[in-house]
Amino acid sequence: MTFATSVELLKFHWVAYTIYAVMIISVIAWFAYNLTREEKAKSIVRIPFYGYIAFLVAGGVGHHIFTYNAIPWVSEDIMRHEIKPDVVFDIHIKNHKWELPARPMVIKAGQKVLFNAHSDDLVYGFGLFRKDGTLVTQMQVDPKRKNDLMWTFNECGTFDLTTSEYAGPAQYDHEGHDLMFVKDAVKVVGCNDKVAMNEEAHR
Amino acid sequence: MSFAQTLINGTDFDHTKLNALQKMVLRAVVMSFLFFGLLTIEGMIMRLVVTGPSNPLPEMFSHASHYFSIMTVHPIVGIFGSTYQLVFAAFMFLVPFLTKKPLYSVKLGNAVWILITVGTALSWIAAFVWQYAPLYTLYWPLPADTKQFSTIGGIVFIVGVALIMVGTLGFIYNIYATIFARVGVHKNKTTKELLISGFGIDGMLNLWHKLTGKPPYSKEPALALPVVAIFRGTVDTFLDAIVILGAGILVLVYLLADAAGASWNVHAIDALLYKNFFWWGLDLVADGLVLIYVAGSWYLLATLITGQKLFMENVARAALMLELLVSWMVWSHHLLADQPQPEMMKLVSGEMVTAFELLTQGLALFITLVTLWKARPLKMTPPLAYLLGGLIGFGLAVPAAIIQADMGMNRVLHNTQWISFAHFHIALIVGLYMTLYSAVYVLWPLVTNNTTMWSKKLTWAHFWLYLIGGVGMGAFAGMAGLDGMLRRHLYLNGEFHTWMILAAICGTMILVAWALFLFNIVMSVGIKGLIGIFLPAQDPSASYGIEEEEAEEEAQPAPQAAPAS
Repeated sequence: MTFATSVELLKFHWVAYTIYAVMIISVIAWFAYNLTREEKAKSIVRIPFYGYIAFLVAGGVGHHIFTYNAIPWVSEDIMRHEIKPDVVFDIHIKNHKWELPARPMVIKAGQKVLFNAHSDDLVYGFGLFRKDGTLVTQMQVDPKRKNDLMWTFNECGTFDLTTSEYAGPAQYDHEGHDLMFVKDAVKVVGCNDKVAMNEEAHR
Repeated sequence: MSFAQTLINGTDFDHTKLNALQKMVLRAVVMSFLFFGLLTIEGMIMRLVVTGPSNPLPEMFSHASHYFSIMTVHPIVGIFGSTYQLVFAAFMFLVPFLTKKPLYSVKLGNAVWILITVGTALSWIAAFVWQYAPLYTLYWPLPADTKQFSTIGGIVFIVGVALIMVGTLGFIYNIYATIFARVGVHKNKTTKELLISGFGIDGMLNLWHKLTGKPPYSKEPALALPVVAIFRGTVDTFLDAIVILGAGILVLVYLLADAAGASWNVHAIDALLYKNFFWWGLDLVADGLVLIYVAGSWYLLATLITGQKLFMENVARAALMLELLVSWMVWSHHLLADQPQPEMMKLVSGEMVTAFELLTQGLALFITLVTLWKARPLKMTPPLAYLLGGLIGFGLAVPAAIIQADMGMNRVLHNTQWISFAHFHIALIVGLYMTLYSAVYVLWPLVTNNTTMWSKKLTWAHFWLYLIGGVGMGAFAGMAGLDGMLRRHLYLNGEFHTWMILAAICGTMILVAWALFLFNIVMSVGIKGLIGIFLPAQDPSASYGIEEEEAEEEAQPAPQAAPAS
């Protein structure tokens, strides 16, 4: 199992966590009901103490092993210093304003892109969003530091940019418009239609 | 008794019979729940703003400076003004109660709630009047950004937070001075014995002796398990207070320099290093003292509700020690989206050590449930119901935390409403607060001298509204996070309208639940009683229940020396 895009991952996560949430609420509700009953409740399963401990350890460790293997950007992120990017974009931020190398930043699907973001004043975030508002990827942008995010776009479309970290109310005008919002900041081309986002449908 | 008479006089509450310790505790509890109301109103304002342009609030709440100033004080009011007050009050009552020793100083206990109340109020005023809004994260150099924020507002805010931390240090001193006092049952204990028990080393040695076939190291540990949890959690409370005070001093120095006309280079302080320092300290609250205090509270509540010994007590003692060590090493999970953060720290601290919390909190949940299970059948009383609610809260919130503390997941969950709601709002509103409500109902007869609660129906209405509202708000707003909604962003166009409407409905349930709870309490103690709580106590006792035991012991004839055989 591999998640090509963050949308696929988030959908899977939504389903998996909802099932878990229903399960844990049901277990406690089952306990609550049977705690008050005179007759002895029949155990659905008998959980030995050390079996439960092993389950918790396996859950904690297994989750990371699963994501490392199923989410492509994990290994790419860890090894990014040793991977030669296909495209590099240097981005600067100062006084809540972006200085982008191009608008849009055009990328071919499947290329390894390195976003180098520099802040001259505050902590910002570099967040790319689909037209339906879902998050593609992000990083924090710490001032006077090298903030580099390597990303492979496996989906086509145009994506909007804004800061994913709060940097003070000066990010907004009096009407509440986000002054750091950049429409169509990134354009990804060259993939087949199967994974492409239908932009118009989400507008 | 008529409604008006009950409102004035309460059911059968007599404030003149309360001793100094009881009054001190009740004063803090009153302030805590007033701050909780303010917290809920603030939360509802923010929830309504993001429902979109049709929200019924005045326009000023939609201005960024106003909105984010509310967001800045919301956690200060919630964590310190409400939760710290309630937890500190409960522990300053429980430690003397469980150790059968008087509290070291009731005066200091009163100073604690006054300092936290004044400090929280000052921080709130700084946000309300000057709209100082760097958020509770205080990411450097934002709190010292005088282009965006008023210098005087910043100074007032930091002084407020500093007062809260001074009050916190007062609580810590009071707790340790009480635990280490060699009086009563600890008259013949050494400091070393109390330290060994406080850190749970006796529990570990008992486990080791059992494995090696030796007799137990200590059959009767010097400190009861809940006191061990308080002891252990308070270590993190201390470290956190020092870190927050340190960060506060740094901000204050820069703001004072600005006020004096000097323009210091804010980049002399490395933003990432500061983040590491700050999150190390702040995480001692979220992943340290909260989890340890909560586990200890579950154990105490389970034993008090069932009247039986805790299941696997030695394991529980050892797990609390593990939790303390884990809490010192997990802060990097807040920095998984910070690319300059070393990868090894992300992997070890951010992922691997953080995953241990699944083990420690899972253990606490298991031990509590089995202790309850072994004592069945039990009556479904409010304390038991709230305790189970607390277990649900952490049962949901801790796995959510482990999921997001992952380099793959964090890339798409960091700073979204998922973190804010599916994780820490459920942990705090449902997990922590339902545990605290359970403690309130358990301690109510002790602290109020068996005052009758005015309405059981209101108690249960509060329970269901609060549980459904808390879980619902966390779930719906969390789902908006999965759809890309950021947690520190202003949305005015109803971008996540449906989720936000549902979350606002659930938030309203929490607000109504709080109002019902408060009304029930006011009707139980009466307005006269409420005022009386703040009048000086006639009985200066700093303990509960041991005076009667001492009097009984004095009344009995002294044991005769056994005749020599």
